[in-house]
Amino acid sequence: MTNVAATAARETVVLSTGRSRDRNLKSMAFLLALWFSLFFGVMVLLVLIVSTVIDGAPRFDGELLTKYSSTLRPEQTGYRAGILGSVWVMVTTAALAVPLGIAAALYLEEFANPKRWYNQIIEVNLQNLAAVPSIVYGLLAVAAVTAAGITERGLVISGAVALALLILPVIIITTREAVRAVPREIRDGSLALGATVWQTTWRQTLPSAIPGIATGTILGLSRAIGEAAPLLMIGTATAIRFDPNGLMSQFTALPLQIYSETSQSREELRVAASAASIVLLVMILALNALAIFIRNKFHRTW
Amino acid sequence: MSSTTTPAGPSDRTGLQATPVNLRGRSRPGEQVIRIVLLLAALLSVATTIGIVLALLRPALDFFGDVPISEFLGTTRWAPQEAAYGIWPLVSATFLITFIALLLAVPVGLGAAAYLAEYASPKTRRRLKPVLELLAGVPSVVYGFFALTFVTPTLLQKILHIDVGFTSALAAGLVLGVMIIPTIASLSEDAMTAVPLALRQGSLAMGANRMQTTLRVVFPAALSGIAAAIVLGLSRAVGETMIVTLAAGSRPNLSGDPREGMEAMTAFIAITAGGESPVGSTSYNTLFAVGLMLFVITLLINIVSIALVRRFRQVY
Repeated sequence: MTNVAATAARETVVLSTGRSRDRNLKSMAFLLALWFSLFFGVMVLLVLIVSTVIDGAPRFDGELLTKYSSTLRPEQTGYRAGILGSVWVMVTTAALAVPLGIAAALYLEEFANPKRWYNQIIEVNLQNLAAVPSIVYGLLAVAAVTAAGITERGLVISGAVALALLILPVIIITTREAVRAVPREIRDGSLALGATVWQTTWRQTLPSAIPGIATGTILGLSRAIGEAAPLLMIGTATAIRFDPNGLMSQFTALPLQIYSETSQSREELRVAASAASIVLLVMILALNALAIFIRNKFHRTW
Repeated sequence: MSSTTTPAGPSDRTGLQATPVNLRGRSRPGEQVIRIVLLLAALLSVATTIGIVLALLRPALDFFGDVPISEFLGTTRWAPQEAAYGIWPLVSATFLITFIALLLAVPVGLGAAAYLAEYASPKTRRRLKPVLELLAGVPSVVYGFFALTFVTPTLLQKILHIDVGFTSALAAGLVLGVMIIPTIASLSEDAMTAVPLALRQGSLAMGANRMQTTLRVVFPAALSGIAAAIVLGLSRAVGETMIVTLAAGSRPNLSGDPREGMEAMTAFIAITAGGESPVGSTSYNTLFAVGLMLFVITLLINIVSIALVRRFRQVY
């Protein structure tokens, strides 16, 4: 009995000092471990950026952006073809994936009856596609463009097809979330005034969901711009010395050019690859910052 | 009843359908056309899956016409130049690298998730989460390059004095682990946040502290969601290409020694596709046989993950 009383008394003391139940050694060690886990990721990111910047520092010059790749004069090798190729492929990818992704998401959220078996198949299939390895999309794109009668390898259109298929599930999933966040009352009001489902979707739901859709789309594109594996599959060349000038033009992409120059033994090429990695990181950071800006600036809570 | 009068949104559509009054108004054929166009866009995702299966299956079947499937799955030497096609060195390399990645990413990812869900203020969470997600945004080529230029020479060889080669499963696994931390952390945090507050309050009211509440109440309650997060991280790791191609190398190796370089399935596909094998040749078809194997493995992992998520959603 005295033991219980003593424990109770100690508990009272502990309780009166507020959160001190969390102040024993074990809890503090646990909290420290959680802190460490959280900052581990941030630390690695910092080390990655700093070490890449140090490695690439000698090559932060204009020639990195304006010259073509060169193995004869590796100290002047540049990433012009890769940067332009990445921009070409990104724009084409967006043109293919964004309308298709939004259309599919609108169907699933606004038109589909989720109890129908074919709609359930689409749902499960979508979850599965989101986790298919990117390299498999490259193999698919090879088959798709061959089936379309294009035999030349490494064209802008082939790369865009591969990347569009890759980010389509991402765009569909984020668009659905944005559309779902639009309150039901807005749709009901529109329908009550006699608008059809499509009129409601086009004039009320979609405009309200645009910030969320834009954020998701930009994040999807920022994933696609860093992908090298699917482009490797479609036979994209790595040493291109001209600017891409159309959908049927050969190209190379920034991550692919980095990959090929990392595999070279010349020190100058590795330095240039470090500097180009920073260029790629800046492009991705800019896209991410844009997405966060749109989310914060236009985000509405109903 | 045609679907043109069904209200938007997924639920609660039986109310309108039951009314005897005709609310359809004039018929709008355009509405049906739009519906079908949108349906076709959604069906493209199914077509993609069918396309993947067909694109992989046809060359893979050609391959299995030349190389018996018993040799593919039953022998352990992989040397396509010498017509030795035993897939196990590639599969074992993929899983060894993935295992190392999970060894790093699971504790760190769960720790970060627990901090964000149970300890952090909403403001801290809002600021830290995007930083963590940036880790997922770093291109895999840059990660692979980082493994070659920093992790192997500086971290492993100079600081930790581990005798690793220029390429090693260890370096690839560690960097791959960093890449999947955000996946595991973000999804586990969602699962933990979904645990009702009442459970925590009950635990705290019984005299448990926050550590005990986190470990013994929140963690078990969110377990299936956490498991789904880990499985998704696993599937990302298995399918990742550029990190393993750059950091683990291209030498088939069944030794299972993480200090040695070894060729993973994705690395084989990437390196062989970069070469010039004529379309239709056995070496070209090998790509698709390995690709099919990879697709089947990730498909199985995804099925497990989807089943886990379903269970997790039904709990509360």
